[in-house]
Amino acid sequence: MPDPVLNIDALDAHYGDFQALHGVTMQVTAGEVLALIGANGAGKTTLLRAVAGLLRSRSGAILWQGRPIGALRADQIAALGIAMVPEGRLLFDSLTVEENLIIGGQLGRRGPWTLERVQTLFPILRERRHFPANALSGGQQQMVAIGRALMANPELILMDEISLGLAPVVIRQIYDALPAIVAEGLTAIIVEQDITRALSVSHRIYCLQEGRVALTGPSVDVTRDAIARAYFGV
Amino acid sequence: MEWINAIAQGVLLGGLYALFAAGLSLIFGIMRLVNIAHGDLIVLSAYVALTVTLALGLHPLLALVLVVPGMALFGYALQRLILNRAMGEDILPPLLVTFGLSVIIQNALLTGYSADPQKLDAGWIETASVQAGPLVLGVMPLLVFACAVAVIGALQWMFYRTALGRAFRATSDRQDIAQLMGLNRAHVFAMAMALCLAVTALAGVFLGIRTAFDPAGGSARLIYGFEAVIIGGLGNLWGTLAGGVILGVAQTVGATIHPGFQVLAGHLVFLAILAVRPRGLFPRREE
Amino acid sequence: MNALHVTRQTRLSLTTLILLMPALVLLTAAPWWAGRADLRLMGEIALYMSLATLWNLLAGYAGLVSVGQQAYVGLGAYVFFALTLLAGVHPLAALPLLMLVGAGMSATAAVLLFRLRGAYFAIGSWVLAEVFRLTFAQVSALGGGSGISLPPAVVRALSDDRWMREAMAWWLALGAAALVIGVVVLFLRSRNGVALTAIRDNELAARSLGIDVWRTKFTVYVAVGALTTLIGALIFLQKLRISPDAAFSVNDWTAFVIFIVVIGGLGTIEGPIIGTLVFFALRQTLADLGTIYLIALGLVAIAVMLWAPRGLWGLVRDRWGLEIFPLSRRVAGLNEKGH
Repeated sequence: MPDPVLNIDALDAHYGDFQALHGVTMQVTAGEVLALIGANGAGKTTLLRAVAGLLRSRSGAILWQGRPIGALRADQIAALGIAMVPEGRLLFDSLTVEENLIIGGQLGRRGPWTLERVQTLFPILRERRHFPANALSGGQQQMVAIGRALMANPELILMDEISLGLAPVVIRQIYDALPAIVAEGLTAIIVEQDITRALSVSHRIYCLQEGRVALTGPSVDVTRDAIARAYFGV
Repeated sequence: MEWINAIAQGVLLGGLYALFAAGLSLIFGIMRLVNIAHGDLIVLSAYVALTVTLALGLHPLLALVLVVPGMALFGYALQRLILNRAMGEDILPPLLVTFGLSVIIQNALLTGYSADPQKLDAGWIETASVQAGPLVLGVMPLLVFACAVAVIGALQWMFYRTALGRAFRATSDRQDIAQLMGLNRAHVFAMAMALCLAVTALAGVFLGIRTAFDPAGGSARLIYGFEAVIIGGLGNLWGTLAGGVILGVAQTVGATIHPGFQVLAGHLVFLAILAVRPRGLFPRREE
Repeated sequence: MNALHVTRQTRLSLTTLILLMPALVLLTAAPWWAGRADLRLMGEIALYMSLATLWNLLAGYAGLVSVGQQAYVGLGAYVFFALTLLAGVHPLAALPLLMLVGAGMSATAAVLLFRLRGAYFAIGSWVLAEVFRLTFAQVSALGGGSGISLPPAVVRALSDDRWMREAMAWWLALGAAALVIGVVVLFLRSRNGVALTAIRDNELAARSLGIDVWRTKFTVYVAVGALTTLIGALIFLQKLRISPDAAFSVNDWTAFVIFIVVIGGLGTIEGPIIGTLVFFALRQTLADLGTIYLIALGLVAIAVMLWAPRGLWGLVRDRWGLEIFPLSRRVAGLNEKGH
């Protein structure tokens, strides 16, 4: 296996007295799409937040391209090429659609993604570019959130439940864009509730259960049985 | 005639109050910070200008070239080194820290300059006036009002048309997500405070030219500023200008009724507006 | 015997209460053992302790961060002067009357101010205090802007004997402090106190439990307003001279009081008491430095807020779990049986 680009080593995370992650260890190689699955409260979002720097951890617990980033702030991590599409989209309501995209690219990292290309990927965002972000439908808002992350030209993109609360047809539309996104050599970690979809879009999966890695393996190899066991700990 | 004159003078006075308020409005809008020391920072700016004019023999308006960037730098450092540590959900820590700052500034000024009132000497321009129909308007109040309109217009443009303004709005919306975009909250907040104190410096110099000032004069200016912000409605800079004008007119009309009513009339109008429209006259639509 | 039950007593709090009695007797006897200057200082300490305890109830428990409590200090002082000086009321009879005025005034103010949240409330309360100050500055019968002194006749109504007068001023201050602290402790131990704690921890959850948030806060605000007017009257009974700027001083009656509470420990009964003692210890040793002392006070308050936001008592409590005034409920019987 080639050297991992992201190396998570015995990561713990706490919210006050509650420990959300217990020694999670995980490797991601460049260009890989990794699906993160698990029941509600298993620690998936916490793990993404820790990688993105919204939750500080032990410095050496997360290595990005060999560099310890656990103790860095989110903006410092963003500058190193990690972008996140947060759960619930969380757009900036005071900004227009276009401004939301522009601010995603405000660090000025070079790469394939420009305003033009994002608007070509999701043409509705060009059409509605002067709308306030909160005036769009849920699916369109999700496109803004993805576009905003792409505008940073990241090397690793973290996507947290991008299908949450959307109609099936909209979900398909968004997942149809995924190949175009990762075709650029982007590494991705995707949190997805729909296990069939998670398996079909990813190279490998990690299943978390109560803050611990319960199962990992290539997506084509894992069996439904194994996932069910890892999911519920039975 | 007396009344029309009072209203005209009140409108112009409102320009000064809008300058007191613009910085407050900005930092409250961006970071929900209530800066109790804001008035003392206005007075501090007047003293800094006094020192600059005396030391270099500059005209107070020329001294702005030094005082404005100086106060902006001070604001950046203040936010970065002290106030950022107090920011959070709870309003009490920033309130207390700025209360402490207020007492520190007042007493430092007392130590440095004594309690004697001071004034900035702007020469002929202080007494110059122009005839506008039946009204006689001072050149200086007109200049202050024009500056207030220009400053608010510039802030408005900055807020809605520049990258910095975008960063301010994004951080104001969602601090943590803005951080994900590579915006360092500590820096964004410090930039907002720098901008706030730049406007404050302008307000301080105008205050010092208009009236005598002393180290204890900060709290009244803070209150006028806040009243203008709240009357106008939060997050609306043009509303802040309107709030300043309403407050100014209330005061000059009150003073025409009875000299002792000037400030009181302003407060009463403020409380009355609050009773009827707790979110001000022109609040931003959301929230 | 080993059944679980909820208690608020700790062994220490019981001991303290037993020790508190002789201390109170000793303090009551102060006119016989303390010098005149010391008595005055102790009176001032007792009154500041009361202001701090009241502000703490308001901000630390009810979440009403007011920077306008000088409104009630000044109101109490002015109504006291008006009643005794203009209406010829006996000074002792004036005290309950002015508390009624304070209660009525704060009830009216609450209706207006409670429409404001957080920072708005803070500034609104300050504006209200300014309105009071400017209004009393217009009353020429009370000296207008320059103020007025309490004539000897009014003072003599308390007692003809000077020693007795000074003793009475002290007993009034001590009594007021005991009253204020007692009322606050009893209030916090009552159902209202539990409601208040629930509101402080989570207003939405408290509301869903059927707690009337508005009424609970209103009760606190009015009680604090009435008691603050009493303290204001006593402060200016000691000073014997009043002026709008002194009576409605934001620095003296609010800024310093906030510093005291924060340095001592916000949201605890012990905090304001300890904070007051620290404040006066600092003042007695550094007051000669004048403005430098005030700058130092501001710096200390900022430092405490940033690095020890729970104050001195918070540090003590975190370290040793001490509690002098038993407020927190503990489950007793848990540890004995090794559950």
